[in-house]
Amino acid sequence: MYPDYMAESLRKVAQTRPKRLELARKSEPVYPPMNAEERRAVLEGFHPDFEASARRPVRVGPNRDESLTTEVADLLESHSWLRSNQVDLKKPDFETDLLIIGGGGAGCNAALVAMKEHGIRSIIATKLRMGDANTMMSQGGMQAAVSRTDSPTRHYLDAIGGGHFENKPELVRALTEDGPGVVKWLEDLGVVWDKEQDGSLKTMHGGGTSRKRMLSCRDYTGAMIMRTLMDEVRNHPGMIEVKEFMPAVELIMDDKGRCAGAILYSLDSEEFFVVKAKSTLIATGGYGRLHIRGYDTTNHYGATGDGLVMAYRAGAKLMYMDSVQYHPTGVSFPEQIAGFLVTEAIRGAGGQPLNKDGDLFVFPREPRDIEASAIIRECVQNGGGIPTPSGRVGVWLDSPLIDMLHGEGYTDRHFPAMYRQFIRYGIDISKLPMLIYPSLHYQNGGIEINERCETDLPGLYVAGEATGGLHGRNRLMGNSVLDYNVFGRRAGRYAGEYAKKVKLGKLSLAHLDTYEKELAAAGIQTDLVTPILLPSYAPEDVKKRQLLRADNELPGTSVLHNRLHDERPGA
Amino acid sequence: MTSVAAGTTRNLSISQADGERSTVEQRLIPISIMGKAYKVPAGATIMGAIEYAGHQIIRGAGCREGYCGACATLYRLPGDYKIYTGLACMTMVEEGMTLAQIPYVPAEKAIYDIEKLKPNVSAIQEMYPSVFRCVACNTCTKSCPQGLQVMDYIQAAKRGDIATVMDLSFDCVVCGLCMLRCPAEITQPLMAIMAKRLYGRYLRKDSPELAERVKAVESGVYDAEYLELMSMNRKDLSDRYYARDSE
Repeated sequence: MYPDYMAESLRKVAQTRPKRLELARKSEPVYPPMNAEERRAVLEGFHPDFEASARRPVRVGPNRDESLTTEVADLLESHSWLRSNQVDLKKPDFETDLLIIGGGGAGCNAALVAMKEHGIRSIIATKLRMGDANTMMSQGGMQAAVSRTDSPTRHYLDAIGGGHFENKPELVRALTEDGPGVVKWLEDLGVVWDKEQDGSLKTMHGGGTSRKRMLSCRDYTGAMIMRTLMDEVRNHPGMIEVKEFMPAVELIMDDKGRCAGAILYSLDSEEFFVVKAKSTLIATGGYGRLHIRGYDTTNHYGATGDGLVMAYRAGAKLMYMDSVQYHPTGVSFPEQIAGFLVTEAIRGAGGQPLNKDGDLFVFPREPRDIEASAIIRECVQNGGGIPTPSGRVGVWLDSPLIDMLHGEGYTDRHFPAMYRQFIRYGIDISKLPMLIYPSLHYQNGGIEINERCETDLPGLYVAGEATGGLHGRNRLMGNSVLDYNVFGRRAGRYAGEYAKKVKLGKLSLAHLDTYEKELAAAGIQTDLVTPILLPSYAPEDVKKRQLLRADNELPGTSVLHNRLHDERPGA
Repeated sequence: MTSVAAGTTRNLSISQADGERSTVEQRLIPISIMGKAYKVPAGATIMGAIEYAGHQIIRGAGCREGYCGACATLYRLPGDYKIYTGLACMTMVEEGMTLAQIPYVPAEKAIYDIEKLKPNVSAIQEMYPSVFRCVACNTCTKSCPQGLQVMDYIQAAKRGDIATVMDLSFDCVVCGLCMLRCPAEITQPLMAIMAKRLYGRYLRKDSPELAERVKAVESGVYDAEYLELMSMNRKDLSDRYYARDSE
């Protein structure tokens, strides 16, 4: 339940509700959408990316001197887990056609397509369990232009406008053009899409969509897709080998500058393994667990940007790594679920963000960066936020409107996960609004790819959230679910094709030595060792006791990987 | 380099960014994690409490938001004979609670070719025959942290009612607690995944417009418009974008 002091504000929300319901029933927007100039002003004034310390130039690697998100620059200016001269590359522990790093939606799609189209064998190496990925958590839906009033080109325009016209056009075309085919592919694998009576796909709005284009599986969309893909992967044990709790920590190159596999690290036994692969796919997802600018995150436990740093050390270029997506509606209260995602589909279905006086202050379906910035502005500048007992702040997201608009029981039926999450704390979201604030959600940029998922490095492919270019500097809702399906499939196709013809040379980790030299030449002194693999949530006093180990050496899989927020003596 | 966002001015030590202990006085309560006593903040989730105690979770945490089923947990409360179940990320600690995480439940997934199965009882009989061992004790339903009617969908599976299995098991997070508690040793969540796939593959109502759209894309209907959009400069593209109508 909400604390007593919020009752007055809740009363105001109830008071303004009938009028707002009336507005919502009309065809016009409930609040005027922003024009280009207004969008620019709210972004520059209030988006966390525009704070002075949000970015800094990176001093090493392919993007040297480019301004990146500060935490990303820190991540990249770090040491490897490995010393090249200590690894014997002559006798690989495993060999395969295609090594897939990451067992989320992109990785599973790639393995299936490589197998089906090319008869290619693959290994999926994943840090936690297969499916422990942001894919599992996408609630609201997947965009695809399937309805009669819509078209793939209209989807293209919405996506590129949402990304402020900075998206790579050929990637957006691939995304939107492959969309309908992906819906069919998933349906044939057994994904149960929400449907209308006549069999047509149920479509909803998302932020920045000009047509209803959001397809869903209740609010377990990602879970449904992920479990279907995983189940199908596991139906082919002879072709796809899954190695769980085996994250990659470095890429392996050959003497001709081609990617030739990776070094895996067993979280159980703390051994390193050499995997030689004809082609390699990075499908490691995003970086929410770096808690950029101290924000809570909606991301899964392993989202530490591992693929970024591995690819960067090997020489792959990053794109738009100065841009972070904060989801407009993360939970602000109750404390136990702070930062958790409240699906954008709540606003798609008619939910409205309101200030403490129960008034609308923004069109509910602006693109995410705009909506999030407007919420921050309302709290920071206009004093319209409601403080929580633990010192957070939030605005209301008026969900009771949804049942009023679509009929009683709609919220319960269509948003069972959301309903469950709040009812545990005595909040019935069909009767009471949710208290929300932006939460760190998505890595807009990543490793630059083309429409074949190729990078600067032959043999290295990237798909899904780890890539950069597709979404420009702002992704729209539902385009990431489509992204990992479209580009996961493309990666399987093109990496499979490449694996059939490449003849690898001598394996090498020389790029690690080069990188170390570059760090030294730039005068960088750091004790950060990456990939980070897992964040640490041990309290500070616990961490200090853990760090009594001689030289503060990294104890295997234990807590100290996350040094970004660490306050070690002498660090 | 700790920075704190406007929305997160004070991190309680419940699964938060910096893992700082709050300066706000917190009430600590005794619990037992796998037999060892700890004091943890009242109001923490089980997952938050385990991390507060200084454990680095490797198995036993995934999405941390109730979707992935990695953090199944068994616990008992003082003076109470009952075994309780929950997801560690979603369940609050209680005074005197004694708990163990069960992040993995041994179970054999049936290997099948979905193209060769039929969406009826034959698939269940062939792939998950243990379903027919159900003694209708309802322990599965009682152990489900999602509150699903697990036994009802097992009964539906026995009848070959794939649509009901799909509907009742839709929100299953595959934490495995039902199959761990089942005296008939049924692997409910795995069967349910197959049933959902059978529904999606065979029992769905087809969308005519989807088939048409896929065909239109393949035959190049949108090629010309794509080329036009892709060759536009930023100004023209922006004008087109802001002038577009909305549904």
